[in-house]
Amino acid sequence: MSSPPHRPAAAPRLLSPRGAAPPTDRGWIAGFAGVLCAVLMTFPAAAQERPLALTGATIHPVDRAPITGGVLVVHHGRIVAVGRRDEVAIPADADRRDLRDHVIMPGLICTHSHIGGIGGADASAPIQPDIRIFDSINVRDSGFRRAVAGGLTTLNIMPGSGHLLSGQTVYVKLRGGAVIDDLMIRDHDGWIMGGLKMANGTNPMRVDGRTVFPGTRGRAASLVRQHFIRAREYLERRERETGGRAGPPARDIGMDAMIEVLEGRRIVHHHTHRHDDIMTVLRLREEFGFRVVLHHVSDGWMVADRIAAAGVPCSAILIDSPGGKLEAVNLSLETGAILEKAGVLTAFHTDDWITDSRLFLRMAALAVRGGMSRDGALAALTLNGAKMLDLDARIGSLTPGKDADFIILNGDPLSVYTRVLETWVEGRRVFDRSDPKDRLYAVGGPGAGHDQVPYFCCFGLGFMGGDQ
Amino acid sequence: MIARHHRRARGRVAGFITAASLLIACAVPASAQIAVVGETVYTMAGAPIRDGVVVIRDGRIAAVGPAASTPVPPGFRVHRARVVTPGLVDARATVGLTGIYNVPHDQDQAERSSAMQPELRAVDAYNALERLVTWVRGFGVTTIHTGHAPGELITGQTMIVKTVGRTVDDAMVRETAAIVATLGPGGQRREGSPGTRGKAMAMLRQELIRAGEYAHRRDDAVEDPAAPDAAPAPEAMEAGPGRDRAGRGRDLRLEALARVLSGELPLLVTANHAQDIASALRLQQEFGIRIWLDGAAEAALLLPEIRAADVPVILHPAMARMVGEYENASFETPLRLHEAGIAFAMQSGFEGYVPKVRVVLFEAAIAAGYGLGPERALAMITIDAARILGIDDRLGSIAPGKDADLALYDGDPFEYTTKCTGVIIDGAWVDDGR
Repeated sequence: MSSPPHRPAAAPRLLSPRGAAPPTDRGWIAGFAGVLCAVLMTFPAAAQERPLALTGATIHPVDRAPITGGVLVVHHGRIVAVGRRDEVAIPADADRRDLRDHVIMPGLICTHSHIGGIGGADASAPIQPDIRIFDSINVRDSGFRRAVAGGLTTLNIMPGSGHLLSGQTVYVKLRGGAVIDDLMIRDHDGWIMGGLKMANGTNPMRVDGRTVFPGTRGRAASLVRQHFIRAREYLERRERETGGRAGPPARDIGMDAMIEVLEGRRIVHHHTHRHDDIMTVLRLREEFGFRVVLHHVSDGWMVADRIAAAGVPCSAILIDSPGGKLEAVNLSLETGAILEKAGVLTAFHTDDWITDSRLFLRMAALAVRGGMSRDGALAALTLNGAKMLDLDARIGSLTPGKDADFIILNGDPLSVYTRVLETWVEGRRVFDRSDPKDRLYAVGGPGAGHDQVPYFCCFGLGFMGGDQ
Repeated sequence: MIARHHRRARGRVAGFITAASLLIACAVPASAQIAVVGETVYTMAGAPIRDGVVVIRDGRIAAVGPAASTPVPPGFRVHRARVVTPGLVDARATVGLTGIYNVPHDQDQAERSSAMQPELRAVDAYNALERLVTWVRGFGVTTIHTGHAPGELITGQTMIVKTVGRTVDDAMVRETAAIVATLGPGGQRREGSPGTRGKAMAMLRQELIRAGEYAHRRDDAVEDPAAPDAAPAPEAMEAGPGRDRAGRGRDLRLEALARVLSGELPLLVTANHAQDIASALRLQQEFGIRIWLDGAAEAALLLPEIRAADVPVILHPAMARMVGEYENASFETPLRLHEAGIAFAMQSGFEGYVPKVRVVLFEAAIAAGYGLGPERALAMITIDAARILGIDDRLGSIAPGKDADLALYDGDPFEYTTKCTGVIIDGAWVDDGR
């Protein structure tokens, strides 16, 4: 009896775009926005009838060197051109906006967020792949308003870390909308994009021995291995029996998600802090061949060479002090620098509410304080995160053809004195600091913490008339 | 034989003394005289000095001024920095009572056995060797007002220490600084009392009244111990020194609150919602006590009231999460307090999870970036904090005669990418900074 087929081909695979995936949901979204706006009879339906040219700013495209006095042209929700003034031909019919003394960079991508009043797996079991986090998200949660105020445009919204496997995550664009469906990102097949949340270490452990949750690390790993083996057997049975006399096995929606993981379509986002827990994730990945992003990695700096050798990306978090939990006592502000030097693809995340989405830029600055390169730190807020979500063909850098997701700042992105002035998603302005309603969420104050009635359905369309 | 034994003993003693001297010399290396030269010296006692010099003698500041007029005395060891500030003062912390591991073993900030325990001293719970104390020191924090946290109606006392020393005594600035009370949900219990705001105030008022009566009885007993009517009641025949007429002995709990009623100690009242802030001011009115408003997330809604009451505000950390009592918190509250002319300082506060200790420099930085500006933000964690705490005669600014506590930086202290390059406490170089 031979052992089940490994999938070694999948294991060493770096996260890479799953082919060029032209976004197909945009038309649907535009259609939705159009209907909604028509109902409200407030604004014209479509964004950007004419191209918009932003000139004079310092532009951080992220995939190339910063440009001083650059030009960014966007049209129909996409980036049309980016470059020096002498590189870019501004369309004759473009609305122009002078942004001298400003900074433009890609919209920020948070690879690990918990906003939206989420509720994932419950207390019934430590492994629950059937849970879809998007079934629990309140798009009126004020956290969404704070996120766009912080310059975030794309999030991976995840269930928590109190389970070995707490459910399916969802990748969203903060484009506004009345229901979570408006925010979802779909791939070229229309599949709702998302990952699978897993965790090890102390969070999913229960020491009282009275529950079905693991009490030790050995037990935790064993439960996960058994689950993956079952998933593999389910997949084999489905492949073998489909079309046969017995027909496919009874459908198991949790196992359906696991198959997406085994096939590499759904990436595992794995909460892990301690160095040995990180190595356990790498060991399980080796055995089962799933694609994985290591999240938090408080001790990642201790095993950076091993992570690099495995070719596994890290989404790290920097906290103002070590500790607060046993696994985080060796947390270091130098983690970003050490991972970068080791050659690990590194992003950051807010873990909102652990850190405030409005201060996401600050995390890159703390990383630079800890020795990371400035370019590396900005990529860790944008392009690197896009790669970890299989979205780098669409977002993460200011590159012609990509979505027009960008932010406008009034200074150095890494300065405490710099504010996000505007946030744009797919060519629409979703945050404008000069609007008192938006400013309330950016700064705080009475009312800022309350969940809101439908918001930014038709944001910023007035601006498109070229008022500046 | 005896003589020889004595000689040997003397030799051992001499050896011990030499070793001890060496140890002491190592422990306090910088009792040597030093000077600090800074491209910018924020004294917080006047305008910043460009190319400034701070001369330190015997642990105190001997002189401060421009290099042109403030020479470094011969033989002084010189430290240089881009920016020099007073050692930072964290106006309200729990670090030292709360530790890095966040397990029961190192969490002494709130005893749960009773709703009111003002007699619990911070000095009995402070771990001077706590890693997180060293952590905040690395960012320039030299003085912390630390102690019991919210969690019950009255959790205990606070104290003021410096971020040095192997024991709390080494670190001591003031053994008792305030009594900690909490209004609003943070001081309520799920089961038992107080379970509501109304009950919390009733319990607090009754206990203060009791403490007043206790103090009155005690003072009477002390003033007129031989008075005929001071004879102990029959049921208290065992009464001895320190007992009152009724034979009741010293009560640490009421004694602690009596120190609030006498004005010796302030009541540090954590109150975030506007109605809780109003309740705190009502307590001040009724009992004529000193109040330090702690937290005060909705202070901006009651600026005239707070101003009129002349109550200082020790504001919640700027990055406190906008949930629960902080749902209306604002990055601009420091600016609003400043505009209203209210005395205020920034705190690191208490955190139940991560970051287990907040760095008050980072919290003030947010205020600096949201309208307050760097110099006022610096005041919030130096001289203004020292004034509120009543330690500005010794701390909080760089001026002759004050303790030589300094923080050195390689740029604007509030910029995220600026590093602290050294920390001096009592004239000793204690930290290379982070």
